[in-house]
Amino acid sequence: MDLKTKLEELAESSMTAIKNSDTLDEIETLRVQLLGKKGALTDLLKMMKDLEASERPVVGKLANEIRDDLTERITDKKEELEQQALNEQLKEETIDVTLPGRQYKKGQTHVIHQVMEEMEDLFLGMGYKIISGSEIVSDYLNFERVNVPQDHPARDMQDSFYINDHYLLRTQTSAVQPLIIEAHDFSQGPLKVISPGKVYRRDSDDATHSHQFHQIEGIVVDENITMADLMGTLEVMSKEIFGADRRVRFRPSYFPFTEPSVEVDVSCFNCDGAGCRICKHSGWIEILGAGMIHPNVLEMSHVDSTKYSGFAFGVGPDRMAMLKYGVDDIRHFFLNDQRFLSQFHQKGEE
Amino acid sequence: MLISFNWLKEYLDLSQITPAELAEAFTLGGLEVEHMEELGKDLDHLVVGEVLTCDPVEGSDHLNKTTVDVGTETLPIVCGAPNVAVGQKVVVAKVGAVLPGDFEIKEAKLMGEPSEGMIVSLDELGLSDAIIPKHAEDGIYILADDATVGDDARPYVGLDDTIIEFDLTPNRADALSMRGVAHEVAALFDQTPTFKEVTVHEEDSETVEDYLSVEVEDAEDTPIYKMRLVKDVTIGESPIWMQHKLMHAGIRPIDLVVDITNYVMLEFGQPLHAFDYEKLGSDQIYVRRALEGEVITTLDGQDRHLNPDNLVITNGQKSVALAGVMGGANSEISDETQTIAIEAAVFNPVLTRRTANRLNLRSEASGRYEKGINMATVQEAVDLAAVLMVDLGGGTIVAGTADSVNVGALDTKITTTTEKINSLIGTSLTDNEISSILDRLGFPHEMEEGKLETSIPPRRWDVKIPEDLIEEIARIYGYNNIPLTLPVTQSIPAELTVKQKMTREIRGILEGDGLQEAISYSLMTSEKASKYAIVKDELVSLQNPASEERVTLTQNLVSGLIDDATYNRSHQVSEIALYEIGHVFYKESEEQFNEYTHIAALLTGENAKDWLGENEPLDFYTIKGIVETVLSGYSFKEAITYRLAPEREGMHPGRTADIYLGEELLGYVGQLHPTEANQSDLNDTFVFEVSLDQMVEVPKETVEYTVLNRYPGSSRDIALLVDETVTHQALAQTISENGGKHLQNIHLFDLYDGENIEAGKKSMAYSLYYANPEATLKEEEVNDAFEQVKQALIENFKAEIR
Repeated sequence: MDLKTKLEELAESSMTAIKNSDTLDEIETLRVQLLGKKGALTDLLKMMKDLEASERPVVGKLANEIRDDLTERITDKKEELEQQALNEQLKEETIDVTLPGRQYKKGQTHVIHQVMEEMEDLFLGMGYKIISGSEIVSDYLNFERVNVPQDHPARDMQDSFYINDHYLLRTQTSAVQPLIIEAHDFSQGPLKVISPGKVYRRDSDDATHSHQFHQIEGIVVDENITMADLMGTLEVMSKEIFGADRRVRFRPSYFPFTEPSVEVDVSCFNCDGAGCRICKHSGWIEILGAGMIHPNVLEMSHVDSTKYSGFAFGVGPDRMAMLKYGVDDIRHFFLNDQRFLSQFHQKGEE
Repeated sequence: MLISFNWLKEYLDLSQITPAELAEAFTLGGLEVEHMEELGKDLDHLVVGEVLTCDPVEGSDHLNKTTVDVGTETLPIVCGAPNVAVGQKVVVAKVGAVLPGDFEIKEAKLMGEPSEGMIVSLDELGLSDAIIPKHAEDGIYILADDATVGDDARPYVGLDDTIIEFDLTPNRADALSMRGVAHEVAALFDQTPTFKEVTVHEEDSETVEDYLSVEVEDAEDTPIYKMRLVKDVTIGESPIWMQHKLMHAGIRPIDLVVDITNYVMLEFGQPLHAFDYEKLGSDQIYVRRALEGEVITTLDGQDRHLNPDNLVITNGQKSVALAGVMGGANSEISDETQTIAIEAAVFNPVLTRRTANRLNLRSEASGRYEKGINMATVQEAVDLAAVLMVDLGGGTIVAGTADSVNVGALDTKITTTTEKINSLIGTSLTDNEISSILDRLGFPHEMEEGKLETSIPPRRWDVKIPEDLIEEIARIYGYNNIPLTLPVTQSIPAELTVKQKMTREIRGILEGDGLQEAISYSLMTSEKASKYAIVKDELVSLQNPASEERVTLTQNLVSGLIDDATYNRSHQVSEIALYEIGHVFYKESEEQFNEYTHIAALLTGENAKDWLGENEPLDFYTIKGIVETVLSGYSFKEAITYRLAPEREGMHPGRTADIYLGEELLGYVGQLHPTEANQSDLNDTFVFEVSLDQMVEVPKETVEYTVLNRYPGSSRDIALLVDETVTHQALAQTISENGGKHLQNIHLFDLYDGENIEAGKKSMAYSLYYANPEATLKEEEVNDAFEQVKQALIENFKAEIR
């Protein structure tokens, strides 16, 4: 057999051997056997020197080609086997991806504060400042200055927590009105404020009454503020809280500090107006009271009621949250049961 | 106020209006309808019957077997009522009728006797015990003899009406009368109400002056006082139509005189009181303030102790009634009464309210006096009462009315303009539109080129100023017809204040650490209010607390969180992590109270191990880490330091630190005293409380960019053996002060006081990082600097370098 044939045969058998190798060890052994210093190909090449000078370039070229080819095949096979081994290893590393992840706990803002923040953000966007007042106020501010004179039924000692004869826990956020209106410099533009906070009534706590709850007061005073402006504002707010598909209606009402006064209903989100237990079969749910600020209130705060007009509204975030989430007992808000608090974690709502 | 639809029909044409439409219009017009009930709606099979025979059932001590003619047939009915008798016209519920309470009438056999129906009482027809007349309380209801056998029985018992119940706002007391409501309906539906004129036929032979004169002490207390006399009335039952009207208004029929006073009150809103003239014992009525300590026995037999805040009716000497609230026992009408004195008056609302409140004697009458009276119909009301008494009870009316009237013109004049009306409502109503609304309201007015003068009739005493009138115009125009706009004003940017921003940021930080926000009660016991206060000072307590638990405004938020934790614990919540941002209260003086905003948090409970076998540690350093995260969000100019606070009430003496911002106490962090935790049913509990207001107010550094290290730095580790009492804060401070200008970071990476460490000592290991932003640090520079630190530690703490 001549060298050329031997080379070709070696190439042939090696290709099969490479192809049939199953492990990295095998292929490495093969590489050494073929291409190593004492390998088969090296051995054959050593026989080159016995060839005719004319044959050498031809056989030499062939030998190089075979060496390159086998080297490449071995490398490829090696990579293939390595990849295979990696794949197998990864397969073995498979875990139960349905097991729970490591728990990073996340708390929630209290649901009432969530409602408040939602309102704050809405009104900030409409250019309202947020001013919070103190919870202890004089009876003069809480009542007299918002047009609730002495001997008015709303001033019943039974209904308010008094600290002494002249100071009490505010019964309404309207108690902030006088100071805010009085402090405002109208040469700097209109007064637009909301004031959220805690209020207190001397009630016995039950499912629908709490001696401590929250209100958000809204106040706008400028020249030419109308009831239409009030109602437009309240509609925007009602739809923000209860959804854009709610219908809103207005009813005349009475508050000592507003005239005319308005009560706002939204169509029941449970039955959409058909009538159910939640809306007491009326199809409507009362959500807030409002009105045009009584001229007496403006005048007592040294604002000329013939030049300026304004509106005020008061919203109960506790009631809003109860309605919105179907909470059946107001005491839940203040007992702080974590099973309750943790329910209100929806983000990214409209 | 309960409104009978049938009664309203007497004043208006309601043929084209259903009760539901009327209710809707009331609500949208400002008289909110709370409830509407169609009486007798589901009561079929109810007919008038006549008892033909009535015999005792053998073997029963109370049952009778009757035969009852119901027009179409004669039914055998077994009846258990004691008052059933032959010849009576009765209400029969035939087989198939379903009475209130889902009580279906079926054919039955009682003690062997067949019974095909039931003779019913008012109670069984669903009428409330509170309004059933005394005479009809026991047994079946007996109809008048002229009832037609076989008729639908519902009209005979008034169950053919619809009752509308208002939830009235305090200003609309005008709707506390049927006439007032009729005016409202007229305005809402553009009608004119018709009222029957009251014509009095007086007995001319005697005039009231022969009997009585009336005088009042103070015209402010008693603007109007009137009295009419009626002689020789037979006091029996009032007619059925009147009884039905009263019952539908929620008032129980009593007897002719009482029923008439109530009936007139319902029609006019004018409370009346009837006295036995003879029992007055004098020929004069004097209305005055009660004397201090004066006692009157009221109709209910109670002795009432009075004071000058109470108004009384007297016979010139002794009091015979509490004005507007309740009559006196000494002048009560009885079967022997011959001459009735009917009082119609207007009393000061405030006095009536105070008296009714103090004596806890609120009534339909006192409620109306408190809210106001139509001064224009006082005479008409007392006239109608007198007329009804003689019409229904016989007798004669003594000519004239004894009175004291101290009021001037009754109409209120309001002047305004079309422009003002439109600019307040936001509409563009024309003069004519406004004028026609005022016509509907029945307010006489003159409109001339936008100038409006309106005369408000006294039946609407709530309308006093232009804004009141504008509300009237707006509500009749329809609130829901007003356009919806947003205020067009100069626009001024609005943003959160620093405090509001910080509040939101801190909420985010604490919630990110897994804490749930709580809102606890501000009111608690004085003990709780002060116990965990950062700074204790004079508490703010209530003058009139409603319960022993809620007396004092808190000076700390931790107490509330502990209560919350206990509540959670008792409801099987095992991991408790809460925070709160709220007010604390201090009393400076009787006129000065200070409120500050604080932040507090509480951690307690067992963190359940997860499937990874891990659980978060819960100890002092957990809560401290949280408060550090909150505080590190703000680059205060002054340093934050933690100082062991062994004497904080309620706290673990060895595991509580006061937090200082510079030299100002900012708050504290630590573990609850185990005894306290135990008392609140809690395990190891960790809390902090800091003042948000202080954090807001103190100066802060402005943020400046620091050049990043471009040259490699170098670390040195050091392990020290020091006395147990040496604090990390002290060591770190020494290291920092002696670290040289290139020391950039000190990191505690080990603390050990276990085996191989001698008692009273501990080993602490720090890693110090040196870097120079301008050049590569040389080995020697770092070694020198590190040596300085070592020496300082040895010198200051006798530290043994290991």
